[in-house]
Amino acid sequence: MGNLFKIAIRNLFRYKRRTLLTVSLIAIGVIFVLGYISIAGSFKNMMIAQITDSSLGHLQVHRKGYMAAVDSLPLNMNLKTRPYKILEDVLKSQPEVEAYSPRIRFGGMFSTFVETTSIRMNGVYPDQEFKTVPLLTSRVMKGEKHLNRGEILVPELLSMGMGVKPGDTVVIVTTNQDGSVNGKKFTVVGILESAQGPGGRDGYITFEDAMEVLRMPEPEVSEVAIRIKDFSQETAFTEKLETLLGKELNQKGKPIFDVHSWEKLSPFYNIARMIDVMSIFVKIMLVAVVLISIMNVMIMAVYERVREIGTIAAIGTLPRKILSMFVIEGFSLGALGVVIGNFIGLSLIFILNLTGISFDFGRQKGLILKATIDPLDVLIVSGIVILISVLASLQPAWKASRMEPIKALRHV
Amino acid sequence: MGLIVAENLSKNYQVIATKVSKDYGTAENVVRALRGVSFEIEPASFVSFVGPSGSGKTTLLNLVGCLDKPTEGNLTVVGTDVLKLDRHESAQFRGDNLGFIFQDFNLIPVLTVYENIEYPLIIVKNTAAGERRRRVMAVLEAVSMVDQKDKYPDQISGGQKQRVAVARALVSDPKLVLADEPTANLDSKTAYAIIELMKKMRNERKTTFIFSTHDQKIVGEAEIIYALADGELVDKQVKGGKQNG
Repeated sequence: MGNLFKIAIRNLFRYKRRTLLTVSLIAIGVIFVLGYISIAGSFKNMMIAQITDSSLGHLQVHRKGYMAAVDSLPLNMNLKTRPYKILEDVLKSQPEVEAYSPRIRFGGMFSTFVETTSIRMNGVYPDQEFKTVPLLTSRVMKGEKHLNRGEILVPELLSMGMGVKPGDTVVIVTTNQDGSVNGKKFTVVGILESAQGPGGRDGYITFEDAMEVLRMPEPEVSEVAIRIKDFSQETAFTEKLETLLGKELNQKGKPIFDVHSWEKLSPFYNIARMIDVMSIFVKIMLVAVVLISIMNVMIMAVYERVREIGTIAAIGTLPRKILSMFVIEGFSLGALGVVIGNFIGLSLIFILNLTGISFDFGRQKGLILKATIDPLDVLIVSGIVILISVLASLQPAWKASRMEPIKALRHV
Repeated sequence: MGLIVAENLSKNYQVIATKVSKDYGTAENVVRALRGVSFEIEPASFVSFVGPSGSGKTTLLNLVGCLDKPTEGNLTVVGTDVLKLDRHESAQFRGDNLGFIFQDFNLIPVLTVYENIEYPLIIVKNTAAGERRRRVMAVLEAVSMVDQKDKYPDQISGGQKQRVAVARALVSDPKLVLADEPTANLDSKTAYAIIELMKKMRNERKTTFIFSTHDQKIVGEAEIIYALADGELVDKQVKGGKQNG
């Protein structure tokens, strides 16, 4: 086998310029794919992190049926004290859970005493909320990065529209479960930058204030946002939680809880999917580049060496060895392209990270691009190129191995 | 016929051709390259097939070399009925029993002189490294090319290339070496040297050499000369006497 490689490599160097061009083409393809995967993948991961860490959490648990009616933020679909206790016990016993945050979500009127508009509110325990969605505090554009009783974090667009600034007094008016209306004065403690996804333009008050304004005698929870320690385990943990909570049934024998991963909650998931699909298309383009270039070179190689093939066949080289010789030649071309492409591609990714390129996403400005690539992706791309190189050289190699030595020797 | 076969077997011929014919072309346009040729070649012979272009020399050598199959007749090479060999078996048979010397040398340009000679031992015979080196050096010495062993084919002369080709043909100790016009691309002095080299190898290794040529000066170097004309054997000369084919 070593000798077959030696002959293959020597044959590649026989046509230096052609080999250089083909290897360059493959290497450029590999560099492009690695670059695309690392940048697009990092962009995707960064956006997912922005969405999950700003407002959504990695996953959420609601009372069964709540999400179907979420547009109206129904108070009668909240989790009561006993089911919430069950849920809390389950979450506390899971080692994967880093933090969780119960929320009361409700719609109401936001008044500056001069103007009034509608608002969607979250009642939260600030400590738990800030641990579950750690980027929430970084969204505070103006004012203080905390939330105490009697204080409100106002969404940016509403503050601009209503001319509200930190320190102002505003009133939140809402309708309770029993249909009566109640209001409460709050001091604006900070202005929240808008975030992508559901809940990204909501205001925040404390859980206790929410209970007070809603005249809730007992704590009720609209949703529980959960943050897990290892985001890569999100799908597995969602399934685990579904199994654990699926056992909890109401009096009618129906499940009490509904578990939603961020994919089900955020429209960005479709964009993330599109990025994944684009990655597949880019890989297909790489396959086409490798396939065409290797096949072209190997067809030429066979055509130019017909007499040589005749000679080695005449002196007793078995057809399968002739096939191996040309397949190894194609393999070597692909492998060489992969090695060079990986080296340059990974170096470029490293340099890209050193330069710290920034970009904007929606209303979020100056995000620093951190291009990262999973070693598995490098292996997959390398594997694809080498596999396609071998497949592309199979046809010319097969043709070479099937040549009649007598005809090949006569070839001019 | 039975007597002839018995006599042939008892003599253990390297090649037995019985009424061998070879046609080319389609049914409507048949070209008869060989017409019922019969001959036998004994081991360690130094045989030449001569004749003008188109007489069937190359066709005959191709048949004996298992590179092609007769249309009619029987052909036994080194005790094997070559008509029964399939493609794979033919390649195996050639690798095990035959050596080839080509008119255009047909050395592999990316391999050095040493590697060209070593090639059949590696790719065809799977010979162990130590044995390989011993055999390659032995034939390199025999053809006086030791000092050129690290050169590539494009760095040596035509005569040297043909010496390398002779060495490559002999390195795997074949029973039969076939050379189609081995001196056609060489000047007469070099041509004689190559024929002398082949004869020397035959004497040392007892290998049967069969070569074709249309060069009358070279023909005289053969010990048995078969003359071909229009696909038929028209004459057989044995050095020191003459026998009609």
